[in-house]
Amino acid sequence: MTIGSVLIANRGEIAVRINSAAKALGLRTIQVHSTADTDSLAVRLADEAVPIGPPAAKKSYLNIPAIIEAAKTAGADAVHPGYGFLAENADFADAVVAAGMRFVGPSGTAIRLLGDKVAAREAARKAGVPTVPGSDGRISSAADAANIADEIGFPVMIKAAAGGGGRGIRIIKERSEFERQFLQAAAEAEAAFGDGGLYVEKVIERARHVEVQILGDGKNFVHCFERECSLQRRRQKVWEEAPAFRLPPEVRDRLCASAVELARSVGYVGAGTVEYLYDEDAQAFYFIEVNTRIQVEHPVTEMITGIDLVQEMLKIAGGAPLSVRQEDIAISGHAIECRINAEDPFKDFQPWPGKVEGLTVPEAAHVRFDTLLYEGYTVPPFYDSLLGKLIVHGETREQCLSRLGEALGELEIRGIPTTVPLHTALAADPDVASGRIHTRFLEGWLETRFAARDSEKEVA
Amino acid sequence: MSKQEIRSPLPGVFYRRPTPDSPPYKNDGDAVAADDVIGLIEVMKSFHEVKAGVAARAIHFLADNEDAIMAGDVIAEVEG
Repeated sequence: MTIGSVLIANRGEIAVRINSAAKALGLRTIQVHSTADTDSLAVRLADEAVPIGPPAAKKSYLNIPAIIEAAKTAGADAVHPGYGFLAENADFADAVVAAGMRFVGPSGTAIRLLGDKVAAREAARKAGVPTVPGSDGRISSAADAANIADEIGFPVMIKAAAGGGGRGIRIIKERSEFERQFLQAAAEAEAAFGDGGLYVEKVIERARHVEVQILGDGKNFVHCFERECSLQRRRQKVWEEAPAFRLPPEVRDRLCASAVELARSVGYVGAGTVEYLYDEDAQAFYFIEVNTRIQVEHPVTEMITGIDLVQEMLKIAGGAPLSVRQEDIAISGHAIECRINAEDPFKDFQPWPGKVEGLTVPEAAHVRFDTLLYEGYTVPPFYDSLLGKLIVHGETREQCLSRLGEALGELEIRGIPTTVPLHTALAADPDVASGRIHTRFLEGWLETRFAARDSEKEVA
Repeated sequence: MSKQEIRSPLPGVFYRRPTPDSPPYKNDGDAVAADDVIGLIEVMKSFHEVKAGVAARAIHFLADNEDAIMAGDVIAEVEG
């Protein structure tokens, strides 16, 4: 490798994770931090720590000049952006390279291309990846849009081209409502985004969210199979698994091959994830988007393949070719990850930072806990609520679920409310066990089953 | 004339306006009703409204926009 040190431009559990991967490769680690993170585990573990600003993320973890300056002063050879913050900011990737360092991820150009929804969909289509049936890009007239909707079948979604994160979407169930809704949607998009552009997509009902992990070094491209991330609340993943359940081998082959083709078509460098909607009844999958970074849920892939994805990213950034060939990558068993958040699941997931009075972590060969916590640590209120990820492996999904129940029973975080009780209930739920889930399952389940359980408890 | 303190129920970042481009909920010296929103607390990326809790003739802010505050910190004082 041509790099001897790495600056970690992130915080929390992923900063801890990157630090340990870098040290395992013999790299010197430099951790940037805000004044709210001086006592963080990531700062304690790194070889060197550099303060970059006040608590507000835009003045610290999103402050490109401050991070570049810290990296130069510390003599960093590379910068790992983690996830969130600047991880998918093409200007940041360019700034790191312009300052003479390696960016641990794809080029700014690739981030820009794959970050643009319409351009990414077009790249996917060209690489032969199925996309959700709908208009190819923007449509201007309500009549054209209605014809497309007739062709793909109702219900359809009208989406704002400039929208994102669930905003600017409306679902139309019948032909008779279409024109009126289309005109309203155009006016709304214009008001909300300054861009009235719309496109139409088929609604995949009871879809599952599956995603494929890819690795590329610019010349060689492999997949590390798929993850199942259908348990979501407000479009945020709560629980992830690898591999996806009930995926016929032939469908898995096509799914994973399509992600590799997309990676190849753009000369991908680093670790990435291609996200899909999966329609189980039709055994069809459709491209959603590419994430050009490491994902929160990467450990489930590591647990079933034995590949250390973060080490692999650092090696690629150091100029090494991929250390694995496709024929060497195989699925072994099943893994589940639970996101443990500083939120009270019995009070509408109210986030609650504070001091961790005690911490007991289950210890077993099949259990992993990636966390930012230590006993006595005060969780600051300024960042997201993720405290850690409990990841459990089993020979089968059934064994994995049973081991997960045990591990959740042994995990104790005292002093602040956490989402552990939510996961304990999910791990024991018959619908979760049988895999009768989809992306809208969890919200309904929370209202009926979880809320019902809660009120019974209060009566008792 | 009595003075009362309005304290933050949560730790986080205090905002005096609903969005960066909006005018503040209340200006120094404004009268408030008990149900009036006087600011927002951002805690772990979620936003919570802070209400005055009391009716008063005039409000004086002690916390600035975007100040980091702890639960129990005094955000403002009101004069009955």
